[in-house]
Amino acid sequence: MSNIGSYDERVKDFSWAIAEKELGWKPGDVINIGWYCTDRICEQGKGSKVALHWEGHTGAEKIYTYNDIRLAANTIGAFLRGLGLKDGERVCLFLDRIPELYLGFLGILKIGAIAQPLFSAFGDESLFVRLSNAETSAVITQKKHAPKVRKILDKLPHIRHIIIVDHDGVAPLKNREVAFSLEKAAPVEHLDIHPTTAESPSVLHYTSGTTGMPKGVKHVHYSLISQYLTARWALDLRDDDIYWCTADPGWVTGTSYGIIAPFAIGVTQCVLDAGFSAEAWYKWIEKRRVTMWYSAPTAIRSLMKAGDEIIKKFDLSSLRHLASVGEPLNSEAVVWSQKVLGMPFYDTYWQTETGSIVISNYPGMEVRPGSMGKPFPGITGTVLDPVKNEPYTTHGKIGLVALKFDWPSRMRTYWNNEEAFQKKFRNGWYITGDRSRLDKDGYFWFAGRDDDIINTAGHLVSPFEVESALLEHPAVAESAVVSKPDPINLEVVKAFVTLKPGFTASKDLDLEIMNFIRKKLSSLAMPQEIEFVPSLPKTRSGKIMRRILHAKEWGEEIGDTSTLEND
Amino acid sequence: MADELKDIVLNYVTKEYLEDDSEPLTYDTPLISGGIVDSFSMVSLKRFLENKYAIAIPDAEATPEAFDSVNKIAALVQRFAAKKG
Repeated sequence: MSNIGSYDERVKDFSWAIAEKELGWKPGDVINIGWYCTDRICEQGKGSKVALHWEGHTGAEKIYTYNDIRLAANTIGAFLRGLGLKDGERVCLFLDRIPELYLGFLGILKIGAIAQPLFSAFGDESLFVRLSNAETSAVITQKKHAPKVRKILDKLPHIRHIIIVDHDGVAPLKNREVAFSLEKAAPVEHLDIHPTTAESPSVLHYTSGTTGMPKGVKHVHYSLISQYLTARWALDLRDDDIYWCTADPGWVTGTSYGIIAPFAIGVTQCVLDAGFSAEAWYKWIEKRRVTMWYSAPTAIRSLMKAGDEIIKKFDLSSLRHLASVGEPLNSEAVVWSQKVLGMPFYDTYWQTETGSIVISNYPGMEVRPGSMGKPFPGITGTVLDPVKNEPYTTHGKIGLVALKFDWPSRMRTYWNNEEAFQKKFRNGWYITGDRSRLDKDGYFWFAGRDDDIINTAGHLVSPFEVESALLEHPAVAESAVVSKPDPINLEVVKAFVTLKPGFTASKDLDLEIMNFIRKKLSSLAMPQEIEFVPSLPKTRSGKIMRRILHAKEWGEEIGDTSTLEND
Repeated sequence: MADELKDIVLNYVTKEYLEDDSEPLTYDTPLISGGIVDSFSMVSLKRFLENKYAIAIPDAEATPEAFDSVNKIAALVQRFAAKKG
């Protein structure tokens, strides 16, 4: 029997108080995610249970019990306090998936500061934009990533401390840098947990927008209520699970379901800090006896590409439940997993802004391959007519995925950008930016984005951000960035570029521009293809018509071109 | 040719993918599984090899395993360079 039991029955008599009661919380109480993920589990007598089983790419392993992660989070929290960091200040985690990332996250929350995780693959420009917007006070990083911070430090007066977690003393520390070693620090048995309340800010994740720079999505400690219950019911996480969430905590999945929910439930989770390879992943499942696996369609399609023969080399019989997130899971992938793993991947749908799963397939509910599933109990979702901004009254029409914005983990605002936050609502509905249709039984079917945002391997990339960066390359006169279909990543970034006089298109220039964007923004934002063109399609008022280029890439009808500028 | 090729690849990866004070690479350092080059960055590395050696590496051959070290990349390049004749 699954945790959710009957989806239909749960919908009938749902209340978020179910989660509040299970977590022993009532309105008005202190709620601190760091405490719930560590001290509370120890108080339940599970201090010696393994919380985190970590393995690095060199094969190095580390094991932490719940008491270990309680002590580690205390120790990091005390160190941060000792530096003068206070509640409400933003502390960035700019780390690979090493234990300090997970334990540092909890330590930051314990002192009431706001955790700001950023992908360690970000280039200096991506890093600068996000640290600058958040007015971040401290950055926790590794010596290999510190040079990127140093490069932009002069432009970031708010940063008081750069904490290097693996300083070996070979190279001297530089301006504002301080060394911290979790292994060498004296464990702190008792830390005064900051008395955060339901609406105290907890996590700041950055997400790409269609126009303008990335936006900081502000979450609060009360988000735990949604994250906990969705992990119990949608992911079916149980106390005795060995859980593997493949997401990096630079992405919201990696914090909501890679740190907060599993630790608050008290499961054993596994982290493999290594790049993708089918063999390494199957070996990891076999070695750790993973029971619940939460991954992404891109990874699943890569595993499909590696073939079915390789699976026979491994014992994957420990698996009991699989789920996927990040982009629509194609029906072929669901059918494939049923065939080769003996169970389907359950697709889940949510966003950085929603903080937790909002639409999902559930154990015990019929899986319709290719469907996003149904709204989580307590969440009202619909498909809006984009003209009338009202729910369609008949099924099957494609419109905007919209939600009543009233569940615990919803974002509270965009950091320093309330105006952008307010623009996310129409007629009382939160507009996700995705399009779908509803079938007669209430299942949602994804139909694409409603804007120009590119979803590559589950990560959102803003064309505007890439175009802005492209213009900083000396050879680029103008650019237009669109998505292009990709069999593994769903979409990848493609750039159309016109060159300044004196520059000629060549393979070397193509590669140079690719690497320029990769280093400045990130590998995800790097155009996988650059097409040099003599001019870009524009309206008569001079606005670049991305939609024409997008249609060309996707083999779609170009549509109305009446506003197109004549050559 | 083999050593020269390996050095070219090693120098390119060092210059393009490593920060200034990173640990030096060897021919066997795991690049993909070691997190130095991710699957998206692999595209630009593949493009470099194709430009430099005037070869075409089919996507099906450009796997994380085939790109996981300088030694493996050199073997891949040599195979396609030989096919080219």
